[in-house]
Amino acid sequence: MGAGSAAGGALPGERVQVSRLVRMLESEKLLAAVLLAPGVLILVVFIAYPFVMAIWFSLTSIRVGNPGEFVGLANFIKAWNDTIFQNAFRNTVFYTFWATIFKFALGMWLALLLNRNFRFKRLVRASMLLPFIIPTVLSAFAWRWMFDPTFSVMNWVLFHSGVITDRLPFLSDGDWAMWCAVLVNTWRGMPFFAITLLAGLQTISPDLHEAAALDGANGWYRFWHVTWPLLMPVTLVVVVFSVIQTFSDFQLIYVLTGGGPANSTHLIATYAYQVGVASGLLGEGAALSLFMFPVLFAVVWIQLRFMKRMEGA
Amino acid sequence: MKRRTFLKTVGAGVAATGIEGILSAQRAPVFAQANTVHILRWNDFVPAADKVLREVYVPEVQKALGIKLNVETVNANDIPARATAGIQSGSGPDIIMLLNNYPQLYASSGVDVSDIAAEVGKAQGGIYGLPEAMCTVNKKWVAMPWATVPAMIAYRKSWFDEIGVKEFPKTWAAYHEAGKKLKAMKRPIGQTLGHTFGDAPSFAYPLMWSFGGQEVDAKGKVVLDSKETLESVRFMTQFWKDAHDEGGLAWDDSNNNRAFLSGDICATLNGASIYVAALNGADKFKTEKGAPLHTDILHAPLPAGPKGQNPYHTAFTHMVMKYSKNTKGAKEFLRWAHTPANYEKWVVVQKGFAIGPTRQWENHPMWNVDPVMLPFKTASQQGRPMGFAGTPGAKAAEAWNKYIIVDMYAQAANGKMKPEESVKWAAGELSKIYT
Repeated sequence: MGAGSAAGGALPGERVQVSRLVRMLESEKLLAAVLLAPGVLILVVFIAYPFVMAIWFSLTSIRVGNPGEFVGLANFIKAWNDTIFQNAFRNTVFYTFWATIFKFALGMWLALLLNRNFRFKRLVRASMLLPFIIPTVLSAFAWRWMFDPTFSVMNWVLFHSGVITDRLPFLSDGDWAMWCAVLVNTWRGMPFFAITLLAGLQTISPDLHEAAALDGANGWYRFWHVTWPLLMPVTLVVVVFSVIQTFSDFQLIYVLTGGGPANSTHLIATYAYQVGVASGLLGEGAALSLFMFPVLFAVVWIQLRFMKRMEGA
Repeated sequence: MKRRTFLKTVGAGVAATGIEGILSAQRAPVFAQANTVHILRWNDFVPAADKVLREVYVPEVQKALGIKLNVETVNANDIPARATAGIQSGSGPDIIMLLNNYPQLYASSGVDVSDIAAEVGKAQGGIYGLPEAMCTVNKKWVAMPWATVPAMIAYRKSWFDEIGVKEFPKTWAAYHEAGKKLKAMKRPIGQTLGHTFGDAPSFAYPLMWSFGGQEVDAKGKVVLDSKETLESVRFMTQFWKDAHDEGGLAWDDSNNNRAFLSGDICATLNGASIYVAALNGADKFKTEKGAPLHTDILHAPLPAGPKGQNPYHTAFTHMVMKYSKNTKGAKEFLRWAHTPANYEKWVVVQKGFAIGPTRQWENHPMWNVDPVMLPFKTASQQGRPMGFAGTPGAKAAEAWNKYIIVDMYAQAANGKMKPEESVKWAAGELSKIYT
């Protein structure tokens, strides 16, 4: 049978079906729905379903191996009155605030440096990403060894160079341990800021700087009146991402301090894990972790509104 | 290809692979399942014991019972997460090794192993009281005791001799005095007060009990906020400053081993793993005079307080999970592993670090080899479970797992709270559990 007859041999009903399908796909709305469907399915299965389940768990007395019963807001009330949770909440805000500040300041400084021309620029840019590439668990273990109460290499260096006479309590004092966690988070997260801000810097036309320089603007003025306003949208996106990641951080604290000493460095995520997973109180753990949601929602909402206003302006 | 030809071809393929039958039966096909048992345990502090499981048990149990044994080991502090994930998802290891009173927390997810416990207990002189308390709920065995790691103080004999203490202190006050002198010589006592499963609770609970403090009374009423408990916290606060390596607040169960083996601390509460490591690495671990370190290590029980001493020894148990598709195979394996000929292969390499769950093992010739290990031989005869004087049930397990008693001492020791505040805080936290 020839090609022409094969095409021409289609039954009238088949032709109608094909043309219907083509017509349906020509509809932009339907095509968009078809193309979005896999993504939506993934979001529903892996994000929405666990989220809804977490809300349901938080309203029940479910324990590991025991479905429990509906208890309303009892888990939230218990968490609210829990002194360890209150401390973990304060720690989470402190940790997020300072780590984000440091990551931003150092990331901006690094991005401005890397935006200049110098030898081995590409090598330096690539190597800068190392802390971000190494899995958090591995780098946190390395830092834990460096902060080890007995065998800390930093204590050893400081002691043998005569700077200290007694070991510094890196992880054995609550305040020190919290600052150590901020330091490690900064070390790990700074490259993300630097590389993203660098990408933003490279979109700024050099002509603008030249024009400003011709008008007599010095380096600070050029940064403040040219670079900074143009970099603002990128900065806001990076800060939103960083706040979300830092506020819900788990791995780093879990490996570095385990929430200790004496709960001094627990974040909401690590405490929720201890209660929900390690102690098997799934309902209480879910309620604790859901306390992160309104805070993060508010942060994202405020920043998105700010961005919208900027775009409008 | 025409549509009709395509459908015919596909139809023939479907029929050939049996999918047609599966679809019409509306159920998954049944494949011949291998008799596989997946066991999850900790990374043993005596690595030779894990070697026995992998290199001796695996081939032998395959030969004896046709069971393919999959041995998986993880950090002990990570086991609860695996157990929770397994129970909630309904899939995971067939047997999970649990610590302390975790069997109480997961009681509803454990297969009844009362038959194995009865057989082993009857044949081997009886199971000790402490592991029995950890593994039974309403007289039903929800887990099978595997071993106990007795907690003893490992100490440097020559260093204590140097300060005139020829025999290890029998009371907390005497230990405090000795520790004070040793810390002044840069040889502090090492003790973890961190969030870790073994050494921290094995120290904190007996310290509290030795002063007469306890979490609850026999009826389960919280009685922690007492002058006895307060006295123990006051003592510990001063003891910590005067005699301890204050880095211990951030230690896990392995830090004190490293600190002792490197000559940084004079004494620490531990299983026998420090001594076993020093023994196995005689060329590596030396005293400052060049002698093998193990020749300068002795063991002693925790000192007594005003109300005597009741130790706590870490219990290691095996739970056969209800969700397992092969509970029969898992129970068969446990029964096989507990027969003296098989159990002996594992317990002898422990050299006393972990001891058997039954009295029979007190009579094993291994105790005649090394007198330094003798304090461990009968350690399991004594011991008090967490949650005393109530039951070591799920509430006691929750309190332990939240490290409330450990933190009560830690917060006072590091100056975060006054002893009075710390005791009140801990009593408040316990009250939330025992409601």
